[in-house]
Amino acid sequence: MCVSEERLVPASFEELAMPLLDRLYNFAHWLAGNREEAEDLVQETFAKALKGFSSFQPGTNFRAWIYRILRNTFLTSRTGLKSAATVPLDAEGGNDALPATQRTPESILLERLDQQLAREALDQLPVHYREILLLCEVEEMSYQEISATLAIPTGTVMSRLSRARRALRDTAQKMQRS
Amino acid sequence: MACELWAGKLDAYVDGELPPADERAFREHLRGCAWCAAHSLELLQTKRAVHSAASKRFLPDASFRARMQKAFAVPRNPGRNFNWLPALAAVAAALLVVVALSFTYNRNRVRERQLMSELADLHVATLASSNPVDVVSSDRHTVKPWFQGKIPFTFNLPELAGSPFVLLGARISYLNQTPGAELIFRVRQHQISVFIFQDRAVGTVLAKEMARTELSFNVQSWSRNDLRYFVIGDASADDLDKLSSLLKSST
Repeated sequence: MCVSEERLVPASFEELAMPLLDRLYNFAHWLAGNREEAEDLVQETFAKALKGFSSFQPGTNFRAWIYRILRNTFLTSRTGLKSAATVPLDAEGGNDALPATQRTPESILLERLDQQLAREALDQLPVHYREILLLCEVEEMSYQEISATLAIPTGTVMSRLSRARRALRDTAQKMQRS
Repeated sequence: MACELWAGKLDAYVDGELPPADERAFREHLRGCAWCAAHSLELLQTKRAVHSAASKRFLPDASFRARMQKAFAVPRNPGRNFNWLPALAAVAAALLVVVALSFTYNRNRVRERQLMSELADLHVATLASSNPVDVVSSDRHTVKPWFQGKIPFTFNLPELAGSPFVLLGARISYLNQTPGAELIFRVRQHQISVFIFQDRAVGTVLAKEMARTELSFNVQSWSRNDLRYFVIGDASADDLDKLSSLLKSST
C-alpha cells in the first residue's frame, strides 16, 4: 500500500489547536470566571503554545500539552494566584477517600443533583477541585491524560477526583439547605 | 456500613479506569452490596450532573473567534487560476450535507446515550433498593392484572415454566415523566430488569431492535405494538437473548 506524502507531514499548529478553541475557552471561563480574562487566557495560551510548538513531540498528546499550558498560565495570572492561595496545604494528605458512612443507600438515591445546583456548586469549589472535575467529566480525559495535564501522579488524580466529587455534593447540599 | 473492600475504588469504576479483572470482580460484588450499588449510582449522577452543567457552558463570541483565526491561521498560498471555483462550490455543498447529517446523527447518539444511562440508573436503583418490587409474585396472572389502571397500556407475560428464569415481581417505573412497567426476573444469581414503556415516551432515537452494553450492563431493546421493551442486567448476552425471545413470543 502506498502512503501519500502528505500523511507523513506532521499536523500544523493551526490544525491541532483551532478545533480545541471552544473547549479551551469553556475551560478558561470556568477557571477565570469572566469573559475578558477567559479570552486573554486562551489568547496567551495559543501564543505560548505556538512559540513552543517546535518543542512539542508529534505523536504525543497535544490536548494534554495545551491544557497544561492554559492551566499554568491561569495559575500565574492575578486571579489564578488569588485562587491558588485558598488551596489547603493538606489537600492531598491523609486517606479520607472513603465516602461518608452515615448515609443509607435509600437516602443517597433521594438526593439527586440537578444541573443548576451542580453549576452553582462547581462555581463555589476551590480551583484545584473544579479543574479536575472539568478535565474528567467535561473533557472526558483519562486519568493518564489528567495526570499529564496537572503534572501529578495518577494515584493523586484518583484521590483528588474522589475528594472533588464529595466536595461538590457537600457544597450542593449546603446550598440547598440555606 | 461502608464497604471497606471497594469504597476506595468506586471512582475508578465509574470512570472506567479499573483493570479488567478488578472490574469483573467489582461487578460480581455489586450484585450483593447495596452500599456499593448506591454509591456507584451517586457517583454516576454526579458525573452526569457536572457534564451537563459545565459542557459548552461558555462559548467564545464571534469576534474573538475571528481574532484568533486571524492571529493563528497559517497564510495559504494564493491559487494561480480560478478553475477550482466550481469544485469548491461542490465541496462546500457536500460539506453542508455531511455537517447536517452528522449533526442529526450526533444528536441522536447523545439522546440514545442519555436514555441508556437513565435505564441503567433505574436498574441499579432497583438493585440497591430495600423494597425492589411493589408486587411480589412469581405468577404472571397476578403481576399482569396488578398494573391495571396504573399504566396506560397492557402487555403479555410469557410462560416461564421450563426456562431458567424466575419472575420476582414488578413495580411502576417512569421514563420522561411517563409511567411504565418494570418486571424483575432472576436467572441463577443475576437480576434482570425488563422495562416496558410506550414508544412515544422513548421517542424515535432508537433502532427498532438493538443490543449493546451500557456501563457494563447488557441491554437489549425492541419495539412491538407501539411498546418499547428494554431488557437490562449483568447476566450474559445469551441469557438476555433467551429472555427477550420469550417476551417477544408472548406479544
